[in-house]
Amino acid sequence: MPYKRFTENIGERTLGYLEELGQISQLGWATVSGILTGKTKVKLTLEQIVKIGYESIPLALAASAFIGMVFALQVATEFVRFGAGKYVGGIMSIAMARELGPALAGIVIAARVAAAITAEIGTMKVTEQIEALQALGTNPVRYLVIPRFIACALMLPVLTIASDVVGFLGGYFVGIFVVHINPVEYMETARSLLKMWDVWGGLIKTVVFGMLIAIIACYRGLSTKGGAKGVGEATTASVVTALITIFVVNYFLSIAFFK
Amino acid sequence: MIKFNNLTKYFGEKKVLQGINFDILDGESLAIIGPSGCGKSTLLRLILRIEEPTAGSISINGRDISRLNEDQLIAVREKIGMVFQSGALFDSLTVFENVAFALREHAKLSEREVARVVREKLKLVELEGTENLMPDELSGGMQKRVGIARALAFDPAIILYDEPTTGLDPITSVNIENLMVKLSRELKATSIVVTHVMQTVYKTAKRIVMLHEGRFIEVGSPEEAQKARDPVVRKFITGGKE
Repeated sequence: MPYKRFTENIGERTLGYLEELGQISQLGWATVSGILTGKTKVKLTLEQIVKIGYESIPLALAASAFIGMVFALQVATEFVRFGAGKYVGGIMSIAMARELGPALAGIVIAARVAAAITAEIGTMKVTEQIEALQALGTNPVRYLVIPRFIACALMLPVLTIASDVVGFLGGYFVGIFVVHINPVEYMETARSLLKMWDVWGGLIKTVVFGMLIAIIACYRGLSTKGGAKGVGEATTASVVTALITIFVVNYFLSIAFFK
Repeated sequence: MIKFNNLTKYFGEKKVLQGINFDILDGESLAIIGPSGCGKSTLLRLILRIEEPTAGSISINGRDISRLNEDQLIAVREKIGMVFQSGALFDSLTVFENVAFALREHAKLSEREVARVVREKLKLVELEGTENLMPDELSGGMQKRVGIARALAFDPAIILYDEPTTGLDPITSVNIENLMVKLSRELKATSIVVTHVMQTVYKTAKRIVMLHEGRFIEVGSPEEAQKARDPVVRKFITGGKE
């Protein structure tokens, strides 16, 4: 009997996950079709661009600078030991453009913005504000989801470009002043090894991350139940789901783009 | 006229409404009573089509609302004002912006016109001068009145009140009830009040129905309600004291 209960439990959970995936896909479709049919509210979207993009810059830059520095420290020390110190600039630039910049920007947005979006929309849900929107003839997808979706999809690549540059310069600083590699070689190998596709591939990945983060965060907010406890649970679930989704999707996009 | 045709609503296995057939006439003041959690608020959400029925339908002025597309539904919702139990004011917007919300979203009015309508509605609920306050700066009763002003922005033909006096002190409750009576008289709108507070029912309704186990029990006028013989109705009205 315990075996039967175990398999039933797995079956129920799988169905639950599939149902959620279906609902997230439905919300994604409603959002995209809303944008395609010209239902975007420009003022609200600009507000979200400032909130999501501009206000995330300090955190994204700080994270990128330190990750760039520590990555350069580890790589440069080992490369110098094997007489390959001049390649540190090339490795740094490729790593930042393809993986570290996009992943860091994605993680920062997932942690900071997904939590904020879910908490805000979740609170609106449990205080009947979403129903009030509907009662006043306003579609919540148009009013709440589309502006956040566009803002995340637009601002994540912008944050990534900033992260790429700051991370690379952090690596330069550590490479030159701590590990004492040649600054000309650092820049020269970066210039020769980094391809434009490395940068473009990384940026395309972040557009996908931005769209996924926004949809997951809005879905979690709109499906919040209960009071303050429900908002807390939805916010945690939102960040966890967004982070795991980014890690998994990043792996497959990296295979598709760079293998 | 609002017409419920075999209106049925389940939440999972739970039967909330079981095949209700009922008409609400234009200009009528109807109260729907019943214990908490019996499905009264669900009924209001069904009228607004925030919820979809499991079976059956609702017609407003002869049109089945389940068949309306998004634009048609918006047009119907503009004719309905909903006052929520919690007020449900948008907490990131000022009182002015809350009342102006639907006007800015759907009416092609200049900002001057919007401001005129907002001031007029706030005056109606006796809240002039609160335009720039945020919802968290208002008392519970004031929030409810701003919610009423917001619901009135489009001069609705139907006003839905979800537990309008629940959780308010006796004096504020009386003020809200007086306001509801005044609105019914001045606007001649159909009003549907969902509540379990009998004082509010007696003061604001002309006809009463009780929702019990997913079905309506006709109670009649407030005077008839006080003489009701049905044991379920009697128990609810007297609070089980008889």
